[in-house]
Order: sequence, then structure tokens, then C-alpha cells
Amino acid sequence: MNVATKSENFEPDADDDLPLYEARRKIYPIAVHGTFRRIKWALLLVTLGIYYLLPFVRWDRGPNAPSQAVLVDLVNGRFYFFFIEIWPQEIYYVTGLLILAALVLFLMNAVAGRIWCGYLCPQTVWTDLFQVIERMVEGDPRQRREKLKSASRAQRAFEAAAKHFLWLMVAWWTGGAWVLYFADAPTLTMQLLKGEGPMVAYLWIGILTFTTYVLAGHMREQVCTYMCPWPRIQAALTDEYAFNVTYRYDRGEPRGSLKKTEALKLQGLPAGDCIDCRQCVAACPTGVDIRLGSQLACIQCGLCIDACDTVMEKIGRPTRLIAYDTEMNVQRRIKGLAPVTKVFRARTLLYAALIVIVGGMMVATLAMRGSEGLSAIHDRNPLFVQLSDGSIRNAYTLRIVNKQSMPRRFALSVEGVPEAQLEVVGGISEIEDGRPVVAVGPDQTFELRALVSTHAKLPAEASLPVTFKITDVAGGETSIAPDHFKGP
Amino acid sequence: MADIHKNDVDAISGVSTTGHEWDGIKELNNPLPRWWLWTFYVCILWSFLYWIAYPAWPLVTSYTYGVLGWKSREAIQTDLADLRAQRAAFGDKLAAASLEEIEQTPELLAFARAQGRAAFGDNCAPCHGAGGAGSKGYPNLNDDDWLWGGSLEQIQTTILHGARSTDANAHVGDMLAFGRDGVLQRPEIVAVADYVRSLSDLPPPAGVTPDLAKGKEVFAANCAACHGDEGKGNTELGAPNLTDGIWLFGSDRDSVIATITNGRGGIMPAWSGRLDPTTIKALTVYVHSLGGGK
Ligand code: SF4
Ligand code: SF4
Repeated sequence: MNVATKSENFEPDADDDLPLYEARRKIYPIAVHGTFRRIKWALLLVTLGIYYLLPFVRWDRGPNAPSQAVLVDLVNGRFYFFFIEIWPQEIYYVTGLLILAALVLFLMNAVAGRIWCGYLCPQTVWTDLFQVIERMVEGDPRQRREKLKSASRAQRAFEAAAKHFLWLMVAWWTGGAWVLYFADAPTLTMQLLKGEGPMVAYLWIGILTFTTYVLAGHMREQVCTYMCPWPRIQAALTDEYAFNVTYRYDRGEPRGSLKKTEALKLQGLPAGDCIDCRQCVAACPTGVDIRLGSQLACIQCGLCIDACDTVMEKIGRPTRLIAYDTEMNVQRRIKGLAPVTKVFRARTLLYAALIVIVGGMMVATLAMRGSEGLSAIHDRNPLFVQLSDGSIRNAYTLRIVNKQSMPRRFALSVEGVPEAQLEVVGGISEIEDGRPVVAVGPDQTFELRALVSTHAKLPAEASLPVTFKITDVAGGETSIAPDHFKGP
Repeated sequence: MADIHKNDVDAISGVSTTGHEWDGIKELNNPLPRWWLWTFYVCILWSFLYWIAYPAWPLVTSYTYGVLGWKSREAIQTDLADLRAQRAAFGDKLAAASLEEIEQTPELLAFARAQGRAAFGDNCAPCHGAGGAGSKGYPNLNDDDWLWGGSLEQIQTTILHGARSTDANAHVGDMLAFGRDGVLQRPEIVAVADYVRSLSDLPPPAGVTPDLAKGKEVFAANCAACHGDEGKGNTELGAPNLTDGIWLFGSDRDSVIATITNGRGGIMPAWSGRLDPTTIKALTVYVHSLGGGK
């Protein structure tokens, strides 16, 4: 029972014990057909297709490198995405992706509210899939109700069992596909089939089977309404120009049965197009009656539009009594004003600009980064030492990264300190042109200590900018790392 | 749920309020979703099970042990054993390799330096500082001046046996207290101090005219035996080089005079009994790589 809708004239009563919890209203949405349902089918196929098949896409990266197009290699600390290879020290790309994702979500929201929720959110996609299975096995809600009365207990139990079994199969394969992103997919699939897979793979399959089954099979719209923070944030970000699924009450009200409204219309009295058939409510996966206005629980899936359009076509009235429209336009039409569309507003432009900037920066850095890297960390303790001959020396830890799948040799040099002497501890194979040469293995990071000293007289409280530089002896590519040289 | 304001009913929804109000916005007393409530109950149940299974309640002198018998101390021991087993592969290599081999194998060197850094922080940092920078009386291990020698072997020997420690093989070498023991008179001490300072081109303080000739004479008679004729020091005896720019006990005139008057002799403990040989190897390599190793 829902107290919120209990009665308009609530009478306070000393014995009226409010229920401790709200029992869930079970929602069994009816199947609908129409434009938005077709879009949802298409997106469901595409997104699930990508999710389940992507791990099997191969990508040739040469020897010694995995040939999986998308792979999170936790053991070696690498992330592969087609031609992009990300190292742990480049984790900021992931940060950038998250920022981009947030901005895209904001932009979608500014244009059309919770549209992400209705079409692309994994929770919606899997719930949709689970509901299809449910309708396939147990029939649509009307058949269900009839079966509750007529069908034998055994048949109902069998159908329920079949439904849960199919759900679990989907859930299990959802978890199965997840782990394939973390290891070579064909190999792991074989291992899993033979029961020789790593323990952690089984564990994650178990976890994802469980969460998918519970979230998509049992919690469904409750996740979208109560657990997800996005509707709250979204509600604060939206404005009157956003296209939300809207019941056009300027056209629909006053509602009444088909007969009644026809009669009223004949008499020239006001009558709306809504015939109160409640198909829009029956179709809604979150149980919303959209005719009450835009609501937190509505995920903008458009299924009520399809449901109502079907009704409108049947009774020969224009479709889109419910449509993606703005609250602003409903109000304007009531006042007899022409509807306005404003897609280019301050917030949409701002989000779009930010997306272009962040995306552009990421593409630029991706394109410009070399296949080697250098970083320098100055010793903090001591900042400098005085040597016996009076010269000043600073020590640094240098890290050289070779991202190529072949061994390379880098010559190390330092600039910025007058009369600088460079000395390296560990890993020096030879000297070339007075520069120490470091050999770094394929796909490896090499750490060494660099000692820079100078005889030159430094200004008091000196802190000179220095630049370390590595040059690939064979290829000539260079990388630099800036730091400081401290003196007394 | 105690304080439901049944008389305060929201006009639109017909729901009573909780009596909480912020800026005119009232909180409706809607019930919780059932799944939420059940999650809450399950958490409470879980906490009870936890109390039974694991150590939870303090008693007067001990605590409830929990039926699983889990102990954090044992868990640590297991973790440590696992860690040792994991490291064994490298640890064995480190134990087998000579110091030179370690220096020449990049992976071993990295491993030894990492282990050495940790051991240094635990054992050596109190005297030599976290980065080995030392302080007055405690040598800086980053510079190129070594009392007992800066080669890998010499550093290892020093760590193993210490200096002026109780170890039988410790480095020995004491500087006499020339003034306190009455070997030299005050003017001689001042003269030799000025001379020693001049060896590393330190200027005399304003208003002082050093008697370098006399200082040189005193030096040759008393100091050259340990510090060498030219004052370049002797790592056999731990006698510092007096001609360089590094002064362990201070280079100002008063400090040098005090050193000559009272003698000096820093003590470093021997680590051979306290740290295992592999750790000492790692320490040696780490100290050597700090920048001063020869
Ligand atoms: S109200 Fe319409 S758009 Fe909103 S969730 Fe329900 S069916 Fe989807
Ligand atoms: S489906 Fe359309 S006509 Fe039927 S109740 Fe909903 S809005 Fe009214």
C-alpha cells in the first residue's frame, strides 16, 4: 500500500499505525510496439553485442604483446584499447575518460533529461532483457493474471522455475563475459570450460551472476528509483527547455472515456484526447503515471509514448499525445503561444565545449606521446651534498620507460647546470659521446640514480632548472624531464 | 519513528510529517522501501554473527576470542611467511651473489636497493638520517668522503663490525685528547688548528694571524702519524682527510681546537649479529648507491 496516494482527505487518527516499510508494488509492464521500442531493441542488440563479443576481437600488436583488442592486463599493468596502449603512469587517460563520460551525461541531460537511463544504462538494458524473458515464459501481464486463476500450481511452478533458470543463464554469461576482458578471451574460455580457470575468474563470474540476477531480475526499477544517485543529480541539473517524456495535458485534458469525449465534442464542449485507458501506465517499466507530470522515477524510455500512440491510431486521433516535449511548450500552448525549441542554450553549449576541449586534449596527448618516457624525482633528503673537492652534487631517481616491444638503448644527458658532471649508479653499459647509455628491455621500465655535480660557483640559495634528456641511440627519439638543481 | 506528527498533514500528498522542517520544506513521513529495511536487518544480523565469529568485546583482562579463533597476530605471521616465500626467489639470488655481481645485474640491484632502503630506514636512519645525510658527528653517506673506505667491501666490513664497537673485528683508531692529556699546550693546539684549517684553504677568522710554520711543525710531530704527512688521512685508521671540504665535527676554528683538545672517536655499532647477512649485503649496496661509493 502506498500512503502517498492514500487519500486526499487524510484524517489523522491516533490508532492509524503507519506501516514500517512500503511493500513493493510488483510491476509487470505490458509489451508495446512502436518507434521508441524499436530504437530500444536496436540499442539493446548493439550494446549487448558489444559487451559479449568485444573480448573476442583480435588486434595484432606484434610479438610479445597480447593480440586482444580490448584488454585490461592487471598483472602487467597495461590497458589495451585497439591501437591505444595505456601504462599505469598514464592513468590520467582513464581520469579523462571519466570526466568525458560525466560531461556527456550532463549534455544528454540538458538536451533530453534522463535519456541515458531509458536507453543505454546497463541496468535498463539487462532489465529489459529479463522482462522479455519473463513475458516469453509466463506470458504478458494479462495472461499472467489469468494463469493465477486458471493454471495448475504445477504449471505455474514450472514456468517460474524456467524463468529463473533462463535469468540465471543470462546472468552467468554476463559475469562470464566480464572476466574475458581481463585475460586472453579464447584461452580463458577454454580454461573455464575445462574447469581449470583461475580462482579469481570464478569468483568474479559468481559475483556478477549474483548481482545481475538480483539487480535485473528482482530489483529492476527500484535500482533506478531508490539506489541510483543520478535521478537526484539529474533533477537538479535539468531545466524547462529539456525534452522530457511529457503528457501534453493541453491536448489530453479533460480526459474521459472514448464515448464520453465523442459526445462532449459533438456538443462543442471541451474534451481532451486522453481516453483514460491507462495503457501508458501499464507499459511503464517503473510504474509511473506520466499524466501526473514529470517525475523522478521516469527513465525517459518512451515506452508510454509507443503505448499511447497505438491507442491514438486505433481510435483515429493524432498520435503523440505523450511525446518528448518541454514543460515550457505545454504551458505556451495553453496560453495560445507557438512552441519554441531551444537546443542551443548556455548549458548545452558549455557542456559541448567542455567535451570538445577535454576530448581534444586527450586525443592530442595520445597522438603526441612517444614510445618512450622519462621521469625524474629529486632526492629530498639530502637536497644536495658537498663533495670533498667543494663541488655541489644533487641526486635524482630517473625512470626510463620503453614502450616498444624491442630492447632499446638510450643516451642520457643533462642540461641547465653549468659545468655539470653526470654520473649514473647502476645499469650503465657504455658511454657514447660522453653520455651514459642505458639499455632498457622491451615493454619495460628502468630505474636508475643520476648524480649531477658541478664545480661552478652557484648563486646563493641556488635552485637552477635542469632538464634530463634521453635520446634513443638508434632511432633518435627523445624525451625530457624537468627538475631543479639545489645549492647551498 | 517515535515522533510522528499526525496532526501535521501535508495538504497535497495527505501524508503526515515527521515534524522536521528546513526553510519551510517539511519532511514527509513516508515508509521506507522494504528492500532497504531488510538490508538493514541483515546488516544487524551480520554484526551479531561477526561478534560471535571474531574477537569483538573487551573484557577486564582479555577479550572475547570468537569461535573462529582468528588472531591478528597470527594473520600477520602468515602474511609475513607468505611474503618471505614470495621473496625467496630473489632473496636466494641475493644471498648467493657477490657484491660485484649484484651491482652488475640490474634486477638484483633494484631488489637489493629496495630492501636496503627499508633496512636503512629501520636501523641506520636514527644516526645517519633518513636519506643518509648524517649530521655533525654522524657521517654523510651521500658524499665522497669515507673514514673507513667507500668500496663495496669496505662498506660491508664497516656495517658488519662497526667502528670502535664491542665487536672483535671492529675498526679501531682513536684520536688522542692532545690538550686534555697534556700532550700539547694551548698555543701549540691553536697553531696546529690554524695549520689544519689552512690545508683545506679555510681562511683564518678576522683579526687572527696564524703561525703556520709552528703549526706545520706540530703537525709533523704529532698528527702526521695518523693523518699522513700531507694530512690526506688514512682509511685504515679511520683518520679523516684534512685537506678536503668535508668536516665531520665542524670546520670553524673553535671546533677544530676543541677536536684537538679532547680527541674524537665516533662509535658505530656492529650489525653482524643483529641483521642477517643478506640484509647487510642489501644495505651495503644501498649505501654504496647513495652516491658516495667508490
Ligand atoms: S513514464 Fe514513460 S518514459 Fe517514463 S519510464 Fe514510464 S514508460 Fe518510460
Ligand atoms: S495511453 Fe494515452 S490515452 Fe491512454 S491513458 Fe495514457 S495518455 Fe491517456
